[in-house]
Amino acid sequence: MTVIDTAPTVAHIAPSAPPRPPRKPILQLFFGDLVASILTISTGFLLILMIPALNWAVLDAVWATNDPSTCRDGGACWAFIAAKFRFIIFGVYPPDEQWRPLLVMALILAMILASLSPKLWGQRLIVAWVVSVAMMLILMWGGVLGMTPVPTSSWGGLPVTLLLALLSLGLGFPFAVFLALGRRSSLPIPRMLSLMTIEMVRGLPLVGLLFVASILLPLLLPAGWSIDKLGRTLAALTVFAAAYLAEVVRGGLQGVAAGQIEAAKALGIPGWKAVWHLVLPQALQKVIPPLTNTAIVMVKNTSLVLIVGVFDMLSAARVAATDPVWPAPFVESYVFVALIYFLICFGISNYSRWLETRVQSRSYR
Amino acid sequence: MTAHQLNAIEVSALDKWYGSFHVLKTIDLRVAAGERIVVCGPSGSGKSTLIRCINRLEEHQRGSICVNGIMLGDSVKNLDAIRREVGMVFQHFNLFPHLTVKENCALPQILSRGRRRREAEDMARHFLEKVRIPEQADKYPGQLSGGQQQRVAIARALCMTPKIMLFDEPTSALDPEMVKEVLDTMVTLAEEGMTMIVVTHEMGFARRVADRVVFMEDGQVKEVNTPAAFFDAPAQESTKRFLANIMH
Repeated sequence: MTVIDTAPTVAHIAPSAPPRPPRKPILQLFFGDLVASILTISTGFLLILMIPALNWAVLDAVWATNDPSTCRDGGACWAFIAAKFRFIIFGVYPPDEQWRPLLVMALILAMILASLSPKLWGQRLIVAWVVSVAMMLILMWGGVLGMTPVPTSSWGGLPVTLLLALLSLGLGFPFAVFLALGRRSSLPIPRMLSLMTIEMVRGLPLVGLLFVASILLPLLLPAGWSIDKLGRTLAALTVFAAAYLAEVVRGGLQGVAAGQIEAAKALGIPGWKAVWHLVLPQALQKVIPPLTNTAIVMVKNTSLVLIVGVFDMLSAARVAATDPVWPAPFVESYVFVALIYFLICFGISNYSRWLETRVQSRSYR
Repeated sequence: MTAHQLNAIEVSALDKWYGSFHVLKTIDLRVAAGERIVVCGPSGSGKSTLIRCINRLEEHQRGSICVNGIMLGDSVKNLDAIRREVGMVFQHFNLFPHLTVKENCALPQILSRGRRRREAEDMARHFLEKVRIPEQADKYPGQLSGGQQQRVAIARALCMTPKIMLFDEPTSALDPEMVKEVLDTMVTLAEEGMTMIVVTHEMGFARRVADRVVFMEDGQVKEVNTPAAFFDAPAQESTKRFLANIMH
């Protein structure tokens, strides 16, 4: 009698994996057909064209020196950035007090990190933001707790850029929600008011709005009244952000099925609670990409405040480059500032992509 | 006790227009407490509109609706009171997609009844068990089958402890194999004595559960009858035509 081993081998149980498509040989990948060949050759050509730029930025560059005159050889003068780093970041804020804006930036970073996960979104987080923004402003202004007062005209650099972006978006957002709800309202007066506000602000270029806020507004105010210039600039940016965000939010509201509101009504949920807990969260989830877009645009728009004399990071970099001791390193300054803007905006867009996949993982219909 | 108070729902001489389209024509309907009514009729006959008028998802122009003695009028207070008495289940479930199943059942109680979270969640758990899907509590609606979603929607409505339930074609959007699980849930509910108005084409359900069947056509109630009489000896020509059409 023979013993037959009937136990199936692993090979029998294992489900057959789908066959992998064979990998293309490299040569075929780059020169497989006419289009690929053209793309390969033109890309190579572009890379060759970029060699001088690479030489300038890396090989011929002066990385560190205490003597500005060594920077006159034609390479990039990164030593200038190192020397002016503090000025570009903090502007004309008193050097002895620059730990305060540094702390403000740390606070901003900490709050942003704490706000990343949607699990923590709620009333408590909003309160935390209000408190920390108040702390940031106190730190910047000083005048209490033994800190020397620093007027907003001395604020500058990256903290101003960050605060303007953050506050214009943060303050603009609630307005945007009201404008969006107003525009969809069945009552004629809120609808007309919202529509007029949105269309008027969107019809003006931001530069125009900034001029109105910084030059026209003081003339229109009664004598003796004055609003801080930075405050006026912030107001203009906020109104601008609100109008654009409002249209994004409205798009989201339109995407929420009518059945959702009917269900809320049938369950006896009061209208404003239904909007806050049921309609808005869904509406905002639908418009994460355009919201991100507006946020990024607003971060970069803050650089326009330089034309009304607010000393943001770009202004600081420009002023730094005019220092006669150095050989006018404007390109280096702008590249450095561009890098910081890029890092901020790239961070925002990566975050939004993560947020979107998280939302989609709930497999919405 | 007067006859007036015995009726859970009293619809009298109800007229409604969509623009110039006369969708409900002088409807009269009385539903006693604990009674199960099935409303059927060809599409466009106004049956959904009729039950949506009862909790004011649609506004009528003439006539009156009285729910458990509360007059549906222009008073917001009355409307709130009526919506507390009446639960509704929709054809497309209308669950809140951004909330888990448990939150779908718990949050409305907190927002509308001011219940505490603990109490609301206990209630949600209780009714999810009742519709036999307690294990799905932490999933999102989009992760459930249509039949499961509709049962969640029933649980969500029941969490508000309504005295009357309205069903607006609850199985029409479901794949055939899921119809039964939803109907079974509704049968259980009916056996427990819930007052129900069900708009449906499920004639088996009507025959088994309904106390009366209401047949509507062209915005009018054409026939009200017991299921036995309605299916076996319909009084109206139009009822016969309708039954012939849906029974094949």
